[in-house]
Amino acid sequence: MSVVDGLTLFIQQVINGLRVGSVYALIALGYTMVYGIIRLINFAHGDFIMVGAYSLFFTVPLMISAGMPAWLSVIIAVAVCATTGVLVEKLAYKPVRAKGTKMSALITAIAMSLFLENLAQTLFGANPKQVGTIFSLPMLLGFSGNTLLTILIGVVVMVGLSLYVKYTKGGQAMRAVSEDKNASMLMGINVNRIITRTFAIGSGLAAIASLMYIVQYNQVTNMMGTMLGLKAFVAAVLGGIGNIPGAMVGGLVIGIVESLSKAYISPLTGGIITSAFSDAILFGILIIVLLVKPTGIMGEKTGEKV
Amino acid sequence: MLTIKDLHVHYGAIHAIKGISLEVNDGEIVSLIGANGAGKTTILHTVSGLVKATSGTITYNGINLRTTPPHKIIDLGMAHVPEGRHVFSRMTVMENLRMGAYSLTDNEQIKQNIEMVFKSFPRLKERAKQIAGTLSGGEQQMLATGRALMANPKILLMDEPSMGLSPILVKEIFHIIATLHEKGITILLVEQNAKMALSISSRAYVLETGSIAMSGNAAELMEDDRVRKAYLGV
Repeated sequence: MSVVDGLTLFIQQVINGLRVGSVYALIALGYTMVYGIIRLINFAHGDFIMVGAYSLFFTVPLMISAGMPAWLSVIIAVAVCATTGVLVEKLAYKPVRAKGTKMSALITAIAMSLFLENLAQTLFGANPKQVGTIFSLPMLLGFSGNTLLTILIGVVVMVGLSLYVKYTKGGQAMRAVSEDKNASMLMGINVNRIITRTFAIGSGLAAIASLMYIVQYNQVTNMMGTMLGLKAFVAAVLGGIGNIPGAMVGGLVIGIVESLSKAYISPLTGGIITSAFSDAILFGILIIVLLVKPTGIMGEKTGEKV
Repeated sequence: MLTIKDLHVHYGAIHAIKGISLEVNDGEIVSLIGANGAGKTTILHTVSGLVKATSGTITYNGINLRTTPPHKIIDLGMAHVPEGRHVFSRMTVMENLRMGAYSLTDNEQIKQNIEMVFKSFPRLKERAKQIAGTLSGGEQQMLATGRALMANPKILLMDEPSMGLSPILVKEIFHIIATLHEKGITILLVEQNAKMALSISSRAYVLETGSIAMSGNAAELMEDDRVRKAYLGV
């Protein structure tokens, strides 16, 4: 393999890493936003991707047969996921939060995850389903057009979210509530409404992530959210859980690490460690982050001044 | 203006407020003084709806505050500067002030209020883009006060504004409170610094373990032997 070929392969792998990384980043954002606002790891969040993917599975053919562009299905998927997220919050988390401890809320989140996975299996079966083609772009500069578009969607969504959180009244209120609920109430902020909105936005992002995933893999199963969710969770912790830019950076880093380790770990170790170990490497990162810098890359300790 | 009658508050099994009645009239500065744990902060939290009362009534201009959701209270013209400032420490000074105006919708009004706060607290203007968590304690107190003023309150609940500040800053903060009062804002002040509090107040209530031990004209309380011994250190 010549140097040029080697470099091309490397760039190819980085681009692939950015593609899968932007999927992780959008999912990680959901984890981090919800954690930021109610200090709960929403373990059902990964399964919202599955909900979004099933929504696409059912609505893409409808769109096509109605003569509309298939990608419009994502609007429905966002609405379905946002509704799912809000319902899970209102019906499961909020009552538990009012009565119980953080631990009971966490266990409820795991229960909701299992519930959604099993509900989907009962309703749609355990066999993978093929989703129709949502968009298919030609190669561009030697790269897959779909991949480039996926990265672009990820970037646009992340920039949009950052602007919302930084500059709008609603986004600022979200930050205020995540920092201090009582002080927010004193400002006249309806804290419950902000929490609901955060769930809606976080879950809506999961729907966009499922679109980006489906464009690449075309398949839906009831368990698809488990591994995606866990990896995105690692990304959120790596970036600093609760930190929005951190989730974005964490997602992209995890995507690139995964892509590069799959491509290079076997040749670099003479075949002793195969690419099958790439997931082990990712979760190894989680352990190292927790040991070395539990607050993550962008996370910071904020002490209260007296 | 603000009337509390026979208020009881429990934290679990602890009976924190044991049948307190007090009132604040339009244009007054009223102080609640007393030792740590007497229940001063609890009273303010109950008025603002952050803590739920067990029984009793709290009315503000005839409106029942016990059934008003906490986030609606600011719309009635009541703002609360909490103990320990509770500024949004990861947000900028400007963003904190904008959060103070969350209940307002008129952008012109918000702009005017920001100007008004910057005029009262020029130091906040210098630090408008700074993250609030990096401000000094005194500056954070100014920010917490300015943030409360953003909603054009008619009555201000102030909880321990002098806490943790140097003597010079304490004087400055009390000067600010007096200035706000001159501008027509009614103030309910909770303080451990009884001497300073009484010196600017019209009336005061002395709290002891959840009950009112004494009340009356601030100047008279300052001359009272029991108050002097217990709270003024003379």
